[in-house]
Amino acid sequence: MSTTPQDTLHSDKDTESLLGATVRLAGDSGDGMQLVGSQLTNASALAGNDVATFPDFPAEIRAPRGTRAGVSGFQLQFSSEDIFTPGDELDALVVMNPAALVTNIGDLRDRGVLIANEDSFAGKDLKLANLDQNPLESDDLKKYNLIKVPITSLTRTAVSEVKNADGNTLGTKEADRCKNFFALGIICWLYGRNLEPTIRFLNDKFGKKRPDVAEANTLALKAGWNYGETAELFERNYQVQPAHLTPGTYTNVMGNQALAWGLVTAANLSNKELFYGSYPITPASPVLEELSNFKNYGVKTFQAEDEIAAICSAIGAAFGGSMALTGSSGPGIALKGEAMGLAMILELPMLILNVQRGGPSTGLPTKTEQSDLLQVMFGRNGESPLPVIAARSPSDCFDVAQEAWRISSRFMIPVIILSDGYIANGAEPWKIPDVAELEKISISHPGPIEEGETFLPYSRNEDLARPWALPGTETLMHRLGGLEKEDLTGNVSYDPDNHQYMTNIRQEKVDRIAHVVDPVEVSGPASGDLLVLSWGGTYGACITACRRAREDGMSVAHAHLRWLAPFPANLEEVLKQYKKVLIPELNMGQLSLLIRAKFLIDVAQLNKVKGKPFKVSEILKRIRDEIELLK
Amino acid sequence: MSTDLPVLTAADFGSDQDIRWCPGCGDYSILAQMKKMLPNLGVPREKIVFISGIGCSSRFPYYMNTYGMHSIHGRAPAFATGLKLARPDLQVWVITGDGDALSIGGNHLMHVIRRNVNLNIVLFNNRIYGLTKGQYSPTSPPGKRTKSTPYGSIDNPLNPLSLAVGCEATFVARSIDTYIKHLGATLERAAEHQGTSFVEVYQNCNVFNDGAWSYATDRNIKADHLLELEHGKPMIFGKNRDKGIRLNGMEPEVVELGKGVQEDDLLFHDEKATEPTLAYLLSRMRVDDGFPEPIGVLRSVEHPTYDGGVVAQMDEVTAQKGKGDLNALFRMGDTWEVEAETT
Repeated sequence: MSTTPQDTLHSDKDTESLLGATVRLAGDSGDGMQLVGSQLTNASALAGNDVATFPDFPAEIRAPRGTRAGVSGFQLQFSSEDIFTPGDELDALVVMNPAALVTNIGDLRDRGVLIANEDSFAGKDLKLANLDQNPLESDDLKKYNLIKVPITSLTRTAVSEVKNADGNTLGTKEADRCKNFFALGIICWLYGRNLEPTIRFLNDKFGKKRPDVAEANTLALKAGWNYGETAELFERNYQVQPAHLTPGTYTNVMGNQALAWGLVTAANLSNKELFYGSYPITPASPVLEELSNFKNYGVKTFQAEDEIAAICSAIGAAFGGSMALTGSSGPGIALKGEAMGLAMILELPMLILNVQRGGPSTGLPTKTEQSDLLQVMFGRNGESPLPVIAARSPSDCFDVAQEAWRISSRFMIPVIILSDGYIANGAEPWKIPDVAELEKISISHPGPIEEGETFLPYSRNEDLARPWALPGTETLMHRLGGLEKEDLTGNVSYDPDNHQYMTNIRQEKVDRIAHVVDPVEVSGPASGDLLVLSWGGTYGACITACRRAREDGMSVAHAHLRWLAPFPANLEEVLKQYKKVLIPELNMGQLSLLIRAKFLIDVAQLNKVKGKPFKVSEILKRIRDEIELLK
Repeated sequence: MSTDLPVLTAADFGSDQDIRWCPGCGDYSILAQMKKMLPNLGVPREKIVFISGIGCSSRFPYYMNTYGMHSIHGRAPAFATGLKLARPDLQVWVITGDGDALSIGGNHLMHVIRRNVNLNIVLFNNRIYGLTKGQYSPTSPPGKRTKSTPYGSIDNPLNPLSLAVGCEATFVARSIDTYIKHLGATLERAAEHQGTSFVEVYQNCNVFNDGAWSYATDRNIKADHLLELEHGKPMIFGKNRDKGIRLNGMEPEVVELGKGVQEDDLLFHDEKATEPTLAYLLSRMRVDDGFPEPIGVLRSVEHPTYDGGVVAQMDEVTAQKGKGDLNALFRMGDTWEVEAETT
């Protein structure tokens, strides 16, 4: 009997209702874990849950098969409540091989569901994972709800009837490529996820070119679902109710995608062509790839010969009047330093994006870290202050892109946007805005002057912004350059007082931004024992930990910095309302250093550089310790 | 109503800034010829942009009454590329030197040329670092004693024209600071070319490397050391125009006319040759190897420009897909509705 997606959805087993769950799919980097992870995310979001994801993959495209180095994982939390992180402990873990088991089992909670592909635990697989004994037979796994499933052989059976265009059945290799969808099918059954969006995805992706591939994966997916339903391994499955999100139309966005969309939107709102000069680098490349699709939106992308050329081309485009942008990650930003200084002294508007990754040097390209804060603050020669804004979550990237351009074009100053690998590759639901209702970004360029008048390219308005005069405009011919400018005329000047004055003005421009951006908001008590201060991608873990601390009766507030330079105008006042300030950061204390230096207050640091985001529990534990110390 | 453009003169192209090159510098002449030539093009001043890197030559934009940018060392081609992509309507010039273009900026020079961005590059080659007061450059000859090579340079120099031809430049030319008419005409041809125009100018640094090009500028000997190229003409040179270049197999050789050698036996210049072989062969001819050094246009061929391609592709995609609609873009993936909750 054949089954349709609809009738597979009604399980006859007991269904238990859950608030939410955290699931991780782990396998070899060639096993397609990221693909099924994103499908599970989509299905969960379409079920109305709030979702947050954490893809974690090796830097090598194909690390040696079956080894610990090659393990790729995708973690997802879905919930009927508002959530901000991809979860701490796992409620369910799927492992496709022994290497995935040993590298991930530490995160599974006691009595959590462990689904293992027992077909790939033979001697050869164990050897590749550096194991002497089969871990599935170890007593260590007794505290988990271990479910051994012969995923490989069941998948082969499920797809055995599929014929390709030549009328042949699929080879073993091709059949085995479907086993990730079998695993997804089991998880979909376990958490009551609809198969339909995934089947639609398979048909869209493969239906035309390789209908056999679409059919085989669909059969594997359904077979996985049916296996959950019929095998006497699971006592029950679970249901997670929709979350209470603000009414509206939602879609799932990943950070880099939301950023690209936000940039195109900002260009649209300001009536500008977007110019993106970039050089491929993990984890920023998806921004270049995404933007290169948007040729019919007036977006010009330029894949430059190197990082330096990328930013220089953007400065050239900014001079020409485009909304110009360059993007990279830490190593590339290091190369751009000299040109960032030039952009600053030219006082041209542009955006510089840093999707941070683990450093130093090449570091951990595919892992997340927040360790470029001091680099973007100070990594240039001379006195060269620039504004810095940081996104806090995937969907926030959309808003940050617009805010950065609003400030950059208003103050005629390059603005640095910080994101990170965790935000860039993570996904969450995003309420789609109506573009017509977004605030326009107004930009003006001076027109020709009358005879007898003099054009002053370094004259300033009330925001200290100089005029953005575009080449092609009659009578406004002027020369920009990296030598110190004379006030008003912009001519080269070595005058000592002028250099002091211009240096002061450039700092003052950054400082004044503090008065036009939102003050820092505090969630929790307006004064009390402890303030947790965060920035960037640690937002979710910090706000969640603070909420839990308050539920446990602790006097803990949370403040999150969107602008790192300048600090919001009210920050000092806020910091002084608490007995202690705790700053959790995925670096060795960079914001802590800045806060101490600027406000002369001590702060407690919570630092981690393991290439992974904070767990809520890590922050909560430290909050408890700090509260304890205050008693 | 008259739509005639105002007639501009060389003076109209000069800015109000004091020129700070050393007295006697070859840069003055290049600046003068540029100002003199530009009115011939009929392009309004506000449509012209000069972009430079760092070095003596790179002060050039400050002295022109056009738009300009004095950027960072070696990167002028990248700024110019971005500007040209953003604003294809502008005429963009890159002013650079041997250190700026060939040393720190070698990468950008290579890529702007192979992309064939529609802009003009003028390389002031004085075979020395002048602004930093006299270190050897990538075009300094072997054995050159400078402040940083007190025992003589052991560095193998780079040949700018060979590099340009190797990157398949669509326009390659050479001139000399003191050959003012030739220089003006060469710059004009560079401006008219669609695609990257690369012009090397032998420029004398009278303070740190005086006489580096004297073999090509000294009245008494220059005729024997220079080969003035003319499209479709045989390659003849010499004070008495009695010497020529003949091809012997794959190699050029200097021959004397008359002694059994006719003009028809000589190599004829073809700047429009599709393959860059002839241009490369010419670029390799050096006085040190017993050849005259060619000046004029080595190569001028038509090839699609990068900036033109960018615009064409945008138009093509827009014609296919229609103008982008953000509201549709945001809804291209799966979407779902969250209804207002009724309590």
